[in-house]
Amino acid sequence: MAPITVAHYLAVGAVMFVAGVLCMVTKRNALGVLMGVELVLNGANINFVAFGSKLLRAESLGLDGQFIALFVIVLAAGEAAVALAIALNFYNNHTTIDVDRADDLKG
Amino acid sequence: MMTLAGMDWHAIYFWLFALLTCGFALAVLFSANVVRMAFYLVLCLGASAGLFFLTGAEFVAAMQLMIYVGGTLVLLVFGVMLTAHSRFVSLRTPSGEWILALIAGSALLALLLSAALKVPDWVKANPDRAAISAADVEATTPIGMGFAGVRVDKLSQTDPQLLGGMSGYLLPFLIVSIHLLVVLIGAAYMARAKRRAAAVDEGAV
Amino acid sequence: MAELINLQILNRLLGWAGVDLPPSHLAGAVLAALVHGVILLGIVAVAAMFFIWAERKVAGRIQDRLGPTRVGGRFGWLQALADGIKLLSKEDVRPREADALLFRCAPYVSFAASFTAYLALPFSDGWVAQHINSAVFFILAVLGLEVFGVILAGYASGSKWSLFGAMRESAQVVSYEVPLGLCVVVPVFICGTMNLVTIGNMQTGWLTNWLVFHDPFTFAVFWVYFTCAIASVNRAPFDLAEAESELVAGFHTEYSGMRWCYFFMAEYGSMLLVSGLATILFFGGWHGPVPVFDMLGWSSMGGVLQYVAELAGAANFLIKAVVGVTVMIWVRWTLPRLRIDQVMTTCLKYCTPLAAVCFLGALGWQTGMFGLAAGPLWSPNQLMAVKQRGEYRESWVLKAEAAAAAEGSAAQAGRPAASGDRDEPDVSGETEPARSSATGAVGSPLSRKGGVG
Repeated sequence: MAPITVAHYLAVGAVMFVAGVLCMVTKRNALGVLMGVELVLNGANINFVAFGSKLLRAESLGLDGQFIALFVIVLAAGEAAVALAIALNFYNNHTTIDVDRADDLKG
Repeated sequence: MMTLAGMDWHAIYFWLFALLTCGFALAVLFSANVVRMAFYLVLCLGASAGLFFLTGAEFVAAMQLMIYVGGTLVLLVFGVMLTAHSRFVSLRTPSGEWILALIAGSALLALLLSAALKVPDWVKANPDRAAISAADVEATTPIGMGFAGVRVDKLSQTDPQLLGGMSGYLLPFLIVSIHLLVVLIGAAYMARAKRRAAAVDEGAV
Repeated sequence: MAELINLQILNRLLGWAGVDLPPSHLAGAVLAALVHGVILLGIVAVAAMFFIWAERKVAGRIQDRLGPTRVGGRFGWLQALADGIKLLSKEDVRPREADALLFRCAPYVSFAASFTAYLALPFSDGWVAQHINSAVFFILAVLGLEVFGVILAGYASGSKWSLFGAMRESAQVVSYEVPLGLCVVVPVFICGTMNLVTIGNMQTGWLTNWLVFHDPFTFAVFWVYFTCAIASVNRAPFDLAEAESELVAGFHTEYSGMRWCYFFMAEYGSMLLVSGLATILFFGGWHGPVPVFDMLGWSSMGGVLQYVAELAGAANFLIKAVVGVTVMIWVRWTLPRLRIDQVMTTCLKYCTPLAAVCFLGALGWQTGMFGLAAGPLWSPNQLMAVKQRGEYRESWVLKAEAAAAAEGSAAQAGRPAASGDRDEPDVSGETEPARSSATGAVGSPLSRKGGVG
């Protein structure tokens, strides 16, 4: 079995990132879009932590990778709260959660 | 002979968690039912916390489980249940959109993977791996000190120019905490029940 | 030490079985892992059975009844087994409206979360399945995942009562994580570590060394912790998610038989877990009110005597944790259930501010702000000579230091010991080399095989 390198973690991060982006693009449910955002953020987090790991690389990013990952986690919590409030507001006003129906400003 | 030393436990656990993470990420993507999507997302993020443990970032992994999985996703599931009318549980995406999205997505994935595999430094295993003990990657206290403004992990830095920027993450930490307060107030304001105002108006009339 | 002796016992057993394995053979490691896993699972399962019996017995006594008396002779001590057999033989019903996959998964999610948290819970000095440096946060985080099982069960049942129960539960658990986290931080910053083994070992000696008696604020914060812990494991008076007078049975209305049983195993498992966490954080963990084995000197003697001391420590820990669970049972059958708004008021208006005040107070006490000497209320170290606090470090750090010291003395050159920035590596170096040569080669891959090693 080949030893695990940073590139392996990057590949996992890339799969999560792409799955998240496709979620944001294809889902019609506003909360599905939000889940896509969470996947994207987490895919990026895997990259940060992998680059910061002393186990995987001799010349690693050090603890900065973990610091940034922690900030991403905390900001994602804030982002989710605001996005959820927006989604619930949208649901209250339009009685639907389908983002394709949010076309009030369409000319 | 199969011995402990002969087994690459890191690789075994990596493949386990990597397959779980990727599999459930794709399950989130391809599932149409929003409640199942939330369930798969929980499992996906939990498995990625396992990946964090493997890289030695124990504190980040615990935080991932606590804030992300235990906090953010509970909130998300709460939102799902508040809006889970039967007609919104499964919203189908037209297949034309799927085809376009999959083409673009696989192109993006190919780009990212080729970028990840092209840098020689990233595909090279760490030669000193065996010499690193668990105590060397222990980082909970240095992370705490870093948030308080002291980078105890960079004390060996001698370049005075680099040392100048070594004040840690105290300012970002404060900004994030203020930001969270703003988010708290803003989310509460936005998500408040509007019907009460209408009821008061009707009562006045 | 425990690992080494376990390994010797294992080798002896294998020798009896006629199998001769080198110490580092994979089969041995897998066997050891299985044995440890089964022991841990056994503790959780037996504890759940014991608590079911205790709950019925205590409830009976509180309501002036006898409780179970017949099954298994006196005291009805086999009642839990009879209940288990009854549940096993029941039909596994699934409503037609239910989401089949999620309905089936939900009990296992709950139980797995509750059981996984035991990974990081030490039962005695160094007796922990996985040394995790931020073990306190890990346990709290994994415990918080239990709510997903409840939410999934509530949603997937396709019943209004279940959904109401699940929504109450999610709101409650998310709210109570805030004061719970604040309470747990107090012992953590007094000890300066999140490693539970180290926190437990810092309270060695007489009961005055327990953190609950460290200062008035830790004493107060323990009660806040206990209240929040009851709420976070959904016990009465906070069991809004399964309020039988309002919601039939809440989230598990539609469950029957073995799946229902898993929810209950999860509940009793997390009760024991939060009690065990309270024991380590506030009540000295495996260090008893009277340090018998420290006085005899067994706990630092090495060999079988130390193993016996550690075993007694584990028993001590379990007794304290069971007392905590018994208090939870007592509370359940004494207090009436709160309303949902009262639950939220308790959390946001009382528990959170109290925890925050205790946090600041303990911080002030620790920095000597109140004009009193920083440190414990009494000076218990006069009662018996104990080691300095700085000498207590995670056992695997000690091991790594010892290995590094041994390596350094063997090589007499090259790079200095890996733990140069830590204080006094030579102290452990002069006592440890005999141990480290054995444990470094054999014990550490066993104990850390799942980790980064």
